[in-house]
Amino acid sequence: MSSIADSSDMATGDAVIRDPTGLHARPAVKLTKSAKRHDATIEVRAGDKGHWINAKSPNAMMKLKAAHGDRLYFRAVGSDAAAAIATLVALVERDFDA
Amino acid sequence: MPERSGETVLSGIVAAAGLAVGTIRLDRNDRHGRRTAGTPAEEAAVLKTALAGALADIRRLIAGADTLAAGILEFQEALLQDDDLLAPVFSAVAAGRPAHDAWAGQLDTQMAEYRAGGDAYMAARAEDLRDLQQRVLRALAGGEIAPDGGDGIDDILVAESLTPSRFVELDWRRLAGAVVRDGSPTSHVAILARARGVPLIVGLMAPLDEIADRSPAVLDAQATDSRAARLVIAPSPATLRETGRRIAEARRLADAAEAARLRPAFTAAGERVRVLVNIDDPALLPSIASASVDGVGLTRTEFLFRDGRLPDEEAQLAVYRSIGQWADGKRITIRTLDAGGDKPIAGVTPEGETNPFLGLRGLRLSLRNEPLFLTQLRALCRAAAEAPIRIMVPMVTLPSEFEAARALVKRACAQLAREKLTHVEPPLGMMVEVPSAAIMADRFDADFYSIGSNDLVQYATAAARDNAAVAALADPDNPAVFALIRLTVEAAARRRVDVSLCGDMASDPSLTASLLDCGLRSLSVAPPLIGRIKLAVAQYPDRTAAA
Repeated sequence: MSSIADSSDMATGDAVIRDPTGLHARPAVKLTKSAKRHDATIEVRAGDKGHWINAKSPNAMMKLKAAHGDRLYFRAVGSDAAAAIATLVALVERDFDA
Repeated sequence: MPERSGETVLSGIVAAAGLAVGTIRLDRNDRHGRRTAGTPAEEAAVLKTALAGALADIRRLIAGADTLAAGILEFQEALLQDDDLLAPVFSAVAAGRPAHDAWAGQLDTQMAEYRAGGDAYMAARAEDLRDLQQRVLRALAGGEIAPDGGDGIDDILVAESLTPSRFVELDWRRLAGAVVRDGSPTSHVAILARARGVPLIVGLMAPLDEIADRSPAVLDAQATDSRAARLVIAPSPATLRETGRRIAEARRLADAAEAARLRPAFTAAGERVRVLVNIDDPALLPSIASASVDGVGLTRTEFLFRDGRLPDEEAQLAVYRSIGQWADGKRITIRTLDAGGDKPIAGVTPEGETNPFLGLRGLRLSLRNEPLFLTQLRALCRAAAEAPIRIMVPMVTLPSEFEAARALVKRACAQLAREKLTHVEPPLGMMVEVPSAAIMADRFDADFYSIGSNDLVQYATAAARDNAAVAALADPDNPAVFALIRLTVEAAARRRVDVSLCGDMASDPSLTASLLDCGLRSLSVAPPLIGRIKLAVAQYPDRTAAA
């Protein structure tokens, strides 16, 4: 299950990685490209104890080493924060349109 | 041994099989000249230009690449636009560090992080980072990639390393193959080379300084018994003669296999052997002549569930019908969903199993997911009304599991009858891949057996097939494996039911004689090997000819 919370220009959301091979290069690139289309500052972490990293950095995204079944948490700040979170959560839920 | 004076033999590892005679072309594109650094402002400008040039290069390569290569290069394209990756480089430059130092240092740091932890996938991504690092360093040094051409055809490229982007750049129609000092058979370049049929040796055990450009050479990456490869420099006349003979022999074998492909298979003693085909994806059917086989011995249905799809009954029926039309009246064996183990399916297979190969997979999983299983069985029973389809269930351990599957087939038929939908209850058989099932095959009331040798070998030897450290233990050519096969064949004979073998062993011509020795007379093989296996059958019982 995913969830999206939103309060004015801040938003959070999360979704589980379905791809059996985890967050490999292609999904990581898709996710950062999608994040970059938004003005909001967007951060992501793998699991609720992970470090927050910039969701617009493919290099940082790869280094998350997020595996199949891991939950990705997103948080965004900015005018289009809610839209950004909705887009990213949906992308993970669609298994990156694999 | 014939006289081989003057030649130098360097050893390496086969990454993509092949054999070639050609001329060494030393590739110097992994070297870039020294440069003199300017002021911080000049260095920042030079770096910006180099990054933009690299981005344009990569985009040009992606535009001309196939999907496989483009997918590999897209990550590099994204990295060139990663502000977090680039910011520290520009900061270092602003603080007075030369652009090439700052760039190389940052990428070195990132590569070390990727490689830490020993994850093979991340190590392969570190390769992409190095590819990018070198490309930008070349651009900084003002170096152009040497244009491909001007050299003779049949050149053998010899380099320190070969990166994915460099591989895509080269014109492989003009090159005979490549040899590199670093790399591994699991690298991206190895995958690209195998996909394009380019012979590739990695891990060459010699410094490039000892190799003279434009020397005649033999690239020998065709060892059948091991991953050992050789680069022979200045080959002696004897080596050249032998290589020519082997190339001619490989060609002769390919021609003979092609000639055998469309004919039914008989042993030298005139005994008929049925050669069936394994189907992984119906999209490949148009490329296989149904006349070349005696039927389909294994249809893997995992493709239906790719990308998290759960196709409904009608969608499955359409696919099974299309296979029936292709088979043109020949018998088709379709395996029910074999998820789990090395074939996870999101939303179907369990997560977090510590040992998925010994966990909930195959029929075990289907019996836990009745709606999913019934949908597939209903579609199969309906398709069976139009074509001679048999249902096969994978990963059976106990007779009670098989009986549960049988009961569900009957329930599917009862439902279809109530709904007045045309159907037939097809024969129901089992994969024999669990050693206990092979030993006690008699106890199963199966309409046929199909030996799944991949799992049978890995369970009998307790060695994973995808773990290089124990790969030698997972050798199918093990008397214990043949003993299990023999037990299954004997049980089939006693019960007067059909038996075949559908794992990788059936597609290995060096094992054909041993399988026929076990009494098997039906083999289901991978499409490209139909002719080779028929040839091996025709030579039986002479075992030397096929090896």
